[in-house]
Amino acid sequence: MKDQIRQVIREHAHLSVDVETLGDDADLYQAGMTSHASVNVMIALEDTFDVEFLDSMLKRSVFESIDSIAGALQEVGVPA
Amino acid sequence: MSVAVTAGDEALTEAARRIAAEFAAPNADDVDRNARFPREAVEAMREAGVLSSLVPTALGGGGASVAAAAEACFELGRSCGASAMVLAMHQIQIGCMVNHLDGSAWFEDYLREVVAEQRLVASITSEVGTGGDLGKSVAAVSEPADGQASFEKQAPTVSYGEYADAFLTTVRRAPDADGGDQVLVLTKREQMEMEPQGTWDPLGMRGTCSPGFVARASFPTEQILSTPFAQISNESMTPLSHVLWSHVWLGIATDAFDRARAFVRAAAKRKPGEPLPAAIRLSELMSELSLLRAEVSLALEEYGTLISSDRAKLSEMATILRFNNLKIAASEQAPVVCQGAMAVGGIVAYKNDTPFSVGRHLRDSMSACLMVANERIHKTDASLLLIAKEV
Repeated sequence: MKDQIRQVIREHAHLSVDVETLGDDADLYQAGMTSHASVNVMIALEDTFDVEFLDSMLKRSVFESIDSIAGALQEVGVPA
Repeated sequence: MSVAVTAGDEALTEAARRIAAEFAAPNADDVDRNARFPREAVEAMREAGVLSSLVPTALGGGGASVAAAAEACFELGRSCGASAMVLAMHQIQIGCMVNHLDGSAWFEDYLREVVAEQRLVASITSEVGTGGDLGKSVAAVSEPADGQASFEKQAPTVSYGEYADAFLTTVRRAPDADGGDQVLVLTKREQMEMEPQGTWDPLGMRGTCSPGFVARASFPTEQILSTPFAQISNESMTPLSHVLWSHVWLGIATDAFDRARAFVRAAAKRKPGEPLPAAIRLSELMSELSLLRAEVSLALEEYGTLISSDRAKLSEMATILRFNNLKIAASEQAPVVCQGAMAVGGIVAYKNDTPFSVGRHLRDSMSACLMVANERIHKTDASLLLIAKEV
């Protein structure tokens, strides 16, 4: 799952660094992801994993790292 | 200076009503005409302890609720938009510190100082080169040396920048931090050099005295709030700004409506029993005012509940959309009401020197769509609407 998350981040987060240089717990916002880009990441994640995030999950902190995104995806039923 | 500290909500609303009537209203036209700071009203706020009304009682403050702060902005807005906006902006800065000081001894001490000395706090959030995006900074906190750091920021507008005792400024966390990786720094005037830029001769809200400044500050690093600005913005600065500003605008629109109503009543007394076209227009205007009032009241209720019992929800996109929409809707509706009031009163409302004048109201209310440009907020919302579920 984390490889697919990295793929989405590579295509949509517009980071100022290569996502492969970041650990799973690295802060994506500090790596240059804007609020606008984060929305595109969320949409792409919903599309890739064919899920819908709940409103309670749609906030900055849930999408701040690969780990926290993986946690959110598991919460909506994506197997780890 | 001796200060009668207000105790709670009732004290704040009572003080705001009194200051509005005794200090804000009598000086409103002069403040507007000369684009001068509403010093009488602000001095009265200091004497009544209004500037520390949002500081918790544990730190000696008034411990007032957001609802009472909003009511105070509304009451002052009915008398003088500029005085009300100065109070609103000060309260926003205090609210951010109270909500996010996170146990910091320095900030607790500073809030005690606000209580004792009735410090007026302004903000330096806008910046040249960011395209109006408050979520981005160019200026950065310097690499600390011996616990001291500094910044230099070019701000296109700093409201009451000449008159504030301290400033809450957004800057990047470090020289190599990304533009969106921001912190808030509180600096006192004596730690700063404020170099004025340009003039201040705007259409409305003239008494807020908001020209540009180059702000330079040197300060101990403990004056940086540890909570990231993105979180402070979501939980406090943005929703609180939109709630308090919209109460100021509602106050301005309400006074414009009251003046239109006074005009119609005077006409009705002059010609009892005769049909009054202006009375129909007034009735139509009431429904416009009601729409504004409903939006503003509902948002206040929601924010009051969330900030006290469900703070995490303020960071959810659906909630961010809701408070962004409050700002857009209220800033567009307030000038509609003021313009409607002008239509009711006709030439006597258009003239600047009658009891029914609403020119100042209309001009003041037109600043609303510029305070964080609506276009920028629409852009954010357009993006959030793609992903949020129940809005």
